[in-house]
Amino acid sequence: MSRLDLQELTVRYRHTTAVDRVSLTVPDGEIVGLVGESGSGKSSIARAIVGLAPVSGGRIELDGRELARRGRRRPVQMVFQDPYSSLDPRMTVGESIAEAIPERLDRTVRRREVERLLHRVHLDPARAGQRPGQLSGGQRQRVALARALAGRPEVLIADEITSALDVSVQGAILNLIREMQRELGLSILFISHNLAVVRYVASRIAVMYQGRLVEDGPAAEVLGDPSHEYTRRLLAAVPAGVAGRSTHPRKEFR
Amino acid sequence: MQRWSRAARTPLGIVGFGLLAVTLFLAVFAPLIWHRQAGDYDTDNLLAGASGEHWFGTDNLGRDIFYRVLVATRLSITLAVSATLIAVVVGVVLGAAPTLLGRWIGRPLIGLVNILVAFPGLLLVLFFAIVFGVGAKGAVLAVGLAGAPTFARLGHTLMAAVAGRDFVAAARASGVRPGRILVRHLLPNIAEPLIVNATIGAGGVLLSFAGLSFLGLGVQSPDYDWGRMMQDGLGGIYVHPLAALAPGAAVIIAGLAFNLSGEAVARALGVQVDVAWRAVVTPTRHRARAAAPPPADDVDPDLVLDVANLRVAFPHGGDVIRPVRGVTFQVRRGEAVGIVGESGSGKSLTALAVADLLEFPAQVDADRLAVLGTDLHDGTDHRHLLGTSVAMVFQDPMTSFNPAHRVGAQLAEAARAHQGATRKQAWRRAVDRLSAVHIHDPHRRARQYPFEFSGGMRQRAMIGMGLMGAPKLIVADEPTTALDVTVQRQVLDMLREVRTTDDVALILISHDVSVVAEVCDRVMVMYAGRVVEDLPAADLAVAARHPYTRALVAAVPDMHSDLDAPLATIFGQPVDPAHVPDGCAYAARCPLADRRCRTQEPTLTSGVACWHPGESLPVPHARDAREVDA
Repeated sequence: MSRLDLQELTVRYRHTTAVDRVSLTVPDGEIVGLVGESGSGKSSIARAIVGLAPVSGGRIELDGRELARRGRRRPVQMVFQDPYSSLDPRMTVGESIAEAIPERLDRTVRRREVERLLHRVHLDPARAGQRPGQLSGGQRQRVALARALAGRPEVLIADEITSALDVSVQGAILNLIREMQRELGLSILFISHNLAVVRYVASRIAVMYQGRLVEDGPAAEVLGDPSHEYTRRLLAAVPAGVAGRSTHPRKEFR
Repeated sequence: MQRWSRAARTPLGIVGFGLLAVTLFLAVFAPLIWHRQAGDYDTDNLLAGASGEHWFGTDNLGRDIFYRVLVATRLSITLAVSATLIAVVVGVVLGAAPTLLGRWIGRPLIGLVNILVAFPGLLLVLFFAIVFGVGAKGAVLAVGLAGAPTFARLGHTLMAAVAGRDFVAAARASGVRPGRILVRHLLPNIAEPLIVNATIGAGGVLLSFAGLSFLGLGVQSPDYDWGRMMQDGLGGIYVHPLAALAPGAAVIIAGLAFNLSGEAVARALGVQVDVAWRAVVTPTRHRARAAAPPPADDVDPDLVLDVANLRVAFPHGGDVIRPVRGVTFQVRRGEAVGIVGESGSGKSLTALAVADLLEFPAQVDADRLAVLGTDLHDGTDHRHLLGTSVAMVFQDPMTSFNPAHRVGAQLAEAARAHQGATRKQAWRRAVDRLSAVHIHDPHRRARQYPFEFSGGMRQRAMIGMGLMGAPKLIVADEPTTALDVTVQRQVLDMLREVRTTDDVALILISHDVSVVAEVCDRVMVMYAGRVVEDLPAADLAVAARHPYTRALVAAVPDMHSDLDAPLATIFGQPVDPAHVPDGCAYAARCPLADRRCRTQEPTLTSGVACWHPGESLPVPHARDAREVDA
């Protein structure tokens, strides 16, 4: 029962408006893909929702109530792009995850909870004692996911979580995201500049361009019949995949 | 911890830590052992010179100066360390203010700190000493507070760097309180440089203290530290120099103990190199000589690049890592070859070795490594050949341009260096090349700095720089990984266009099969430093025979992926170049692997290095709960 609503959300840093009156809904238990080029304001939206960027206008609501962006209990959790910088190199995996658990638990209960979360993201619970330096990129991203789950979120924000990973690992993380949505009923805002990736996980797709939301709808509609010029350009730019190589080079320089 | 113990083993560290150990030992035990000798009045020997009984003589009450110097160690060191602690604690609290209290309170505080840092230290000390009054306590506070601004500044800078990292943002986003973030995330990550600086600082503090006591503002009788003793001995410096010089020497030795120890650790931290085998690209070159350069007459004129059995090795600890283990391939005029593989597969090192950009300690060996028929390992300098005929495009266009020079000037430099063009000709060529890579208004753009270009424009300008000569080969290492899809499209189209109009060969390196498939005629798949498959790009989807190639292709979602099926994943981890297994390196992750795969390494024959090429793969069964390890 958690629907995330952005109403006319505006994020301004000094004189630049990164996000300009964006209204967007992440329905309960669905994955909404948010695409757009770098600098289009995707990440600013994510950071504003979790309280890392200032909200200069508009509202962020969870199930119709103003979202708590301060305090210990945060119903919206975020996973960051680069798993090499999003985990403290000096803390063990277990400590990083335990830190995000909002309640004070006694030692054994906390350890069991950490093990449960590691298991949830398909990592060996024995890894709790390791440091991030001993893990691969994909494993680190799993730990980051476990940490986000530790906050018992109702909505998860995934900000380009596969773009720093090898493609061979990307698939496994995408499978995990779909699994979490299916099995935990999480609502997820999935941010990426890769349309093929977004298409694979999201049921709805929203397109950002220069701080504005230019298109928003069911994935099949947005991809099948894009209404905005930028969406069409985005679609044309996706590598055709190994199956259907484009034979006619498109020219488009600015 | 490892690095600290490494620091202790350098000559500097041995001296520093040795002196420090002696000093600390004396500080703890000297008063216990020699308390009586230092306090005894020898009324027969007032102000005596050095003798067998009193090594450094006696003071005006007949007390033994040698023992007093030893006993004074405790007070001197205690005062210096306390003052340093005050400086560090107050400094770190001030420095953390912006992070803890937010910008509104933090900014003015840091402004104040910056002003105080600019203030002469000694003046601050004297100012505080007067405020807190004469005496040891006052002096500790004075010296401590006077040192605080320096540590506030240091702490603030270090913390700002750590606070900008994602793990701090992640902690904040999950509701961790600021105080806890400071204790758990910020302090541990700045501890090392802070401790090093505090240690070095303690040496300086010791000196200021001696100064204060010497001026009479510090320790008062009957207590004595080295500064106090210097003051007492100063009166008779001409008749009885040791009374002042002995405590002076003690100050110097203890000061050196702190300084050298700190310095040794700082050096050990500074020279720290994490991953020794990751190549650093600089214009300096080093290469191993090839055994015997083969004759150059039977050269195929169409061959732009001819590589046979290329090996790259790095010393690592006492061992040698071989990230590239025998790569053989040829690139013909106008041909586009893609190299794909996971990180650590050796694909980038192969490219850097080809462009002769690997520096010491990398060792590049090859049976043959020839560009346009010229063997790069024949012992002569090929910078001119490489500079004009091979163009390199790197992943991050921000770091491949010098931020301090105009883009046009950087392009022009290439022409002046390699073609001896005049400044004017070179500039004209630069503008022409920028327009060739479709940069609008090239005259204006040439006069701009790299930061004024967008990422895609910088990458195109980089290609333009490669086109300043008349390159026969462009080596592009993950040229679009840092870019948006729309911009990626522009850069890929650019590469394709350059290739066809100028008949330039292209080596495109990427971890993304779909990018390579888009541009290249032929694809080489690398795994653990070897080429495991070499096939036409058109065959990737349908006719790939190596299980790894097929897994890579299946792992990438495209616009036609089945939405109801899970994406294919590759079980297990890429091979660590330091521990390459026997047999086929992919065997541990391969569903087809059998006994032979684990013991005998397949060689690349008719395009594939596999004992089971093209055999049908078992249908991936529903994923079990076991760790997938990806």
